[in-house]
Amino acid sequence: MADVWPPRKWARPSDPMLFEALTLQLGYNATLVTVGAMLLGVAAGATGTFLFLGKRALVSDAISHATLPGVALAFMFMVAFGGDGRSLIGLLLGSAVTSAIGLLCVSALTHRTRLSEDAAIGAVLSVFFGFGIVLLTVIQSMNAGRQAGLESFLLGSTAGMLWSDAVVIALGGMLVLLAVLILRRPMTTVAFDPDFAAGAGMNVRRIELAMMGLAMAITVVGLKIVGLILIVALLIIPAVAARFWSHRVGHVVLLAGVFGGVAGYVGAAISATAPALPTGPIIVLVVFAIFLMSLLIAPARGVLAAMLRHRRFQAQVHVRQGLLALATDQPIYERLTLRLMKRRGLVRADGVATETGQAQAARALLDERRWQVLRSDPAHSDAAAHYDGLTPLDTVLTPDQLKALDQGLGPRAAT
Amino acid sequence: MTGAEFVPLSLPPLIIGTCAAIACAIPGNFLLLRKQALIGDAISHVVLPGIVLAFLATGVVSAWPMMIGAGVAALVAVGLIEAVRRLGRIESGAAMGVVFTAMFAGGVLLLEQSDTSSVHLDVEHALFGNLESLIWLDATGWSSLFDLRALAGMPPELWRMAITTFVLIALCILFWRPLKLSTFDEGFAQTIGLPVNLIGLGLVVTAAIAAVAAFDAVGSIIVIAMFICPPAAARMMTNGLEAQVLWSVVFAAASAILGYVLAGYGPLWLGFENAVSAAGMIATVSGVILALAGAFGPCRTRSGAPVYPRLCARAARPGASKSCG
Repeated sequence: MADVWPPRKWARPSDPMLFEALTLQLGYNATLVTVGAMLLGVAAGATGTFLFLGKRALVSDAISHATLPGVALAFMFMVAFGGDGRSLIGLLLGSAVTSAIGLLCVSALTHRTRLSEDAAIGAVLSVFFGFGIVLLTVIQSMNAGRQAGLESFLLGSTAGMLWSDAVVIALGGMLVLLAVLILRRPMTTVAFDPDFAAGAGMNVRRIELAMMGLAMAITVVGLKIVGLILIVALLIIPAVAARFWSHRVGHVVLLAGVFGGVAGYVGAAISATAPALPTGPIIVLVVFAIFLMSLLIAPARGVLAAMLRHRRFQAQVHVRQGLLALATDQPIYERLTLRLMKRRGLVRADGVATETGQAQAARALLDERRWQVLRSDPAHSDAAAHYDGLTPLDTVLTPDQLKALDQGLGPRAAT
Repeated sequence: MTGAEFVPLSLPPLIIGTCAAIACAIPGNFLLLRKQALIGDAISHVVLPGIVLAFLATGVVSAWPMMIGAGVAALVAVGLIEAVRRLGRIESGAAMGVVFTAMFAGGVLLLEQSDTSSVHLDVEHALFGNLESLIWLDATGWSSLFDLRALAGMPPELWRMAITTFVLIALCILFWRPLKLSTFDEGFAQTIGLPVNLIGLGLVVTAAIAAVAAFDAVGSIIVIAMFICPPAAARMMTNGLEAQVLWSVVFAAASAILGYVLAGYGPLWLGFENAVSAAGMIATVSGVILALAGAFGPCRTRSGAPVYPRLCARAARPGASKSCG
């Protein structure tokens, strides 16, 4: 019982062990799991990107939950025909069948009825999962002794992974990756603009089904390592993280594959170092950490970059307004403006303009007056569209145009 | 089946299941119409880290700390989803997928790290609930319902769930007009001065309360199913919001009762010895109801329905106007 917080016995990877795990020296089983998880992560990241770009990320949630009844039915089927019901390929085939049915149900509910896709997803995932649980309890009562721990498919279990299991996972992952490579162009088009794809003569429905089919294959392959509840994370999170770094589909797919692979490798390695570190959740947490880092530090789309951009813009506006106030001899009260202008050497501590300050203030005023003339003249409407109160006019017009414009300025402009 | 057997063993789970189903279905209607149906899914995943943290903090498996933990986790998740969506400019489905899977993974990891072998706390329990074990040992028959001393021995989940359900119904009636307005025409609701953002947040918080209360008694899977399936089936039956909410309550209650009976007695009728999971069966029955409504419901098609709500089916089939009133 843990009656203190935090509990006394946290299982933590010890450093030398973690190094051994990362260099695949922790034994046969750990190596199998680590390599398998990496391949799975690469394939899942690349496949999930197309779902994410098509704004259909959560369809994979319905697909993955719909595998449960399939696993249970396959087990019952195999037992009924005299097997022991534990063949991984058999269980995975069963899960593929029901998740395909679930996928078709989502598609039918969305296209044939008035339900939106999110409602269809929720309905299919809860009903199929519920039915799967009913079947699990049936299996429990059927032959309690040989129940084969089908619950391990909920969260994955890598403890007793066999060479044949690893081969199934590796082969499946590579086949999916190959299919993604072949189908990348039509899938990109359909993900971004299904109407255009239809106009260009593509069979949109079939390509969408292929996209979903690949996600389904990933789910089925990943059942053993990550489990059906968390496999969604491997499909969605790498793609979301990769999207922060690039605007190009090819780069995002590649990067998502890399993120997924790194998460699979590192996560499996960490989990191999201690028994209380379950593989699936650790992999998901590693990929979530990659997402968090991307969210924070990615250039252009990251939070930090956006904050810096905002600060820079804010400073520009404040300094510009301060300069205009200096030029028209108005006092500046705004504290931030004063601080920014002091730091740039435009005003002294008592608020009086320095020489550079005066020069820049005059320039700002001239610029503002030029803009006024420009904007009141319909002939310059194209250039006037550039007005935002910050852009200097001499970056918009040529020197000749500026000279012509200056002739329209009144006598005050000379001061 | 005599009263002496039925009242202690089957009556409390039946009532709790029905209340949980209704409590989830009512906010589910509005979430469905606002295209936020999957919030229920996300919330029911993130209660796991909430209850595990509550258990680690208090060291006991008791209802109130766990419900508070679950509620806090649900609110944190809703806030995180919104933050990820806004900060990263990511569509809400993907933002949800990122947040709830990560929080669920965190919950599983916490559970594995802490020593919970001595108590009944595991992932399966969180998912499937323990509806069958909510029995009323003090009851001896129907007469116990009027016996105050026996009533005190009712499973506490029953009172909690019943109170939650009544509070939800009351809230629904109290805020009916603002809810309806802001759900169907947010712009108009805003112009007449309704705080639409607050209403939206309130709805999600209410849904979280329903989910947490129901989860404690019946597990996550019923919560997700009841948030979506009965309202979705009701949506195929009618175009009026009042009728839709009533239909969804009927469907929810029917799923709960039928599902429980089928799970408890169905296998016996077929000659098997053991009952199957009631939570799973209730979800399955609600899916069957949804499938039937999707195949035969009078207002199942999309054609013209969203634009001229009161004309659905009336133009095409004059005889059907009554059912779509």
